[in-house]
Amino acid sequence: MTQLKSGRPKHRMSALKRAEAHFGRLAILPALILILVFLVTPTLLAFGLSVFNARLVSPNPPEFVGLDNFSRLLSVDFRVIDAIKDDAGHLLKDEAGAFTFPTTRAIQTGVDILHRKGELLSWTIDGGTRKAIILAGDPLFWKSLWNTTIFVLIVVPIQAGIALGLALFVNIKRRGANFFRTIIFIPVVTSMIVISILWLFMYQKEGLINSLLSSFIPGYVPVDWLGNPDTALGAIIFMSIWQAVGFHMIIWLSGLQTIAGELYEAAKIDGANAIQRFTNVTWPGLKNTRIFVLITITIAAFGLFAQVNVMTKGGPLDSTTTLVYQAFLAAYGRQQMGYGSTIAVVFFVIVLVVSLVQRFLTRDKD
Amino acid sequence: MRIFKSILRKLKLGGVFYWLFGTLITLIFAFPMIFMMVSSLKPDQQIFVDLKSFQAFIPAGDVSIQNYENVFKQVPVFTFLLNSAVTSAIVVALGLVVNSLAGFALSRVSWKGQGIVLGLLIAMLMVPFETIAIPMVYLVSKLPWVGLESGSLIFKEGMMNSFEVQILPFVASAFSIFLFVQYFKSIPKELDEAALIDGASWFTIYRRVIMPLAGPAFATCAILNFLPIWNAYLWPIMVIQEENLRPVQVGLQYFFQMNVQWGEIMAYTTIITLPVLVLFVAFQRAFVASIASSGVKG
Repeated sequence: MTQLKSGRPKHRMSALKRAEAHFGRLAILPALILILVFLVTPTLLAFGLSVFNARLVSPNPPEFVGLDNFSRLLSVDFRVIDAIKDDAGHLLKDEAGAFTFPTTRAIQTGVDILHRKGELLSWTIDGGTRKAIILAGDPLFWKSLWNTTIFVLIVVPIQAGIALGLALFVNIKRRGANFFRTIIFIPVVTSMIVISILWLFMYQKEGLINSLLSSFIPGYVPVDWLGNPDTALGAIIFMSIWQAVGFHMIIWLSGLQTIAGELYEAAKIDGANAIQRFTNVTWPGLKNTRIFVLITITIAAFGLFAQVNVMTKGGPLDSTTTLVYQAFLAAYGRQQMGYGSTIAVVFFVIVLVVSLVQRFLTRDKD
Repeated sequence: MRIFKSILRKLKLGGVFYWLFGTLITLIFAFPMIFMMVSSLKPDQQIFVDLKSFQAFIPAGDVSIQNYENVFKQVPVFTFLLNSAVTSAIVVALGLVVNSLAGFALSRVSWKGQGIVLGLLIAMLMVPFETIAIPMVYLVSKLPWVGLESGSLIFKEGMMNSFEVQILPFVASAFSIFLFVQYFKSIPKELDEAALIDGASWFTIYRRVIMPLAGPAFATCAILNFLPIWNAYLWPIMVIQEENLRPVQVGLQYFFQMNVQWGEIMAYTTIITLPVLVLFVAFQRAFVASIASSGVKG
């Protein structure tokens, strides 16, 4: 009798458990299928395609090329070459009086065209009679990596800092705070394409930015912001910060609002001034927010693409080309899916390593 | 905040400084948008003359809606708007169902394999879209798919140039699933048990117990899914070539490339920005709350 009593509920329990597990698996199914097809597969495919010479439209099936794509993308070579001499052994000079050097093509005779490298950097040594030259399989990749790194290094601290300042400002409980918050946030909901075209118009030599600057600064000489290799990346950086700073202002703001007001009262009673209250209460209280802001801005900044594609196409003189733009050009412009995926994989590894380092450096040391 | 306040109080000029700084911020963040909207009402000649003065921000002089008429005459903007609206609406609606069900499955019921799925999702959070965009183009161009051809269903290779290629990849989102998991975990478990004793099925619990309690999570997920789809660019320029399927941002890119009339371009950008601005101002609190909650998990 007792056995039956205890057996029955147990049986019912397991039926309930089965129904629960059944529903759980059913409920996760749609999301799981979509994530496997549209997230996991492309991720694996990025690695897979990077060892093939796949093209988007091609009569031939993709061929396995091993690490060829990676060696073309990443290979660099350092050479020192002598100036060209005539038959008598005298150094030849060009019209400007400088020594002449063989072209990068001439110093790579015997290398087939696919593996020929391009010049990345060069400088003359020994009074101009010799030239040190760095060759790269894909010089544009290194330029993109450089530009992207500069972009990240400038955008991350400045955008995070301004966003924090704005958050402190709109957190003042006064009339108007809500209005200011809304105004700052408007560029965030606007598309990057609209903003890029609008700023492209304003950055022109005859544009609004120059005319505003010249009305405030006497003797101002108009700058062709996007047409000049020295200012183009800076102009894109300024605009990008302007667009995205409202997003991180809101993140900081939500962090600020989790700090208990009593902490400030206590600090005040202890005689802490405004700066001390910031460094001892606000800053430690924002620890988690700080890590989140740091990592999200970094990842977003590495992905720089739309602004470049609309405003400069990577120019002038490759001064604004970026990793994602190069991947896009290879895969979409030249239809080289394999090579484009190789750039995407390298991009992924860089972003992953940087965010892991950031996590490590900001980890809880206790 | 408090620091600013006490500095301002010390200066005894608090109000003045607050409003000065506020005005400066307003100018910096609002002037490009005002310039865009004002310029959309002017012919190019007027725009360039006005650049020299503060006329640039005032709809005065030769003002008309001529640019808007020209835009509608040159490109099917309504089609583009409709494409983006339909795509965004379907992504948001399907996303709410799919992601909330997944969040429910991962937070309120237990089943074997849960841990593996959770781990997979966490790993997928680390993959930036820029990494998978290119292999995904390859994938959707090769994936076996069904299509309609002269009224009958056929099997074909790839789903390029379609609505589904703009929708399906963005329905499920690891980030949204986590938002739901977190929100659902904060709802007391006793509610499920009580409903089970009353004989409710798990679907009824999801639909009648949890869903009504999770409004904010649904709003957040809807907003966070809507913005990137309405503003999508990298993906549609690669997979949409046909004009009648083009979303607004790609339409803008093409319009911009073929056009030299800045007034008309400003009219186009105003047309496609206004719907988002109206939504934003109407649901401002929800927008801000959704962005804020995306950061809390940090």
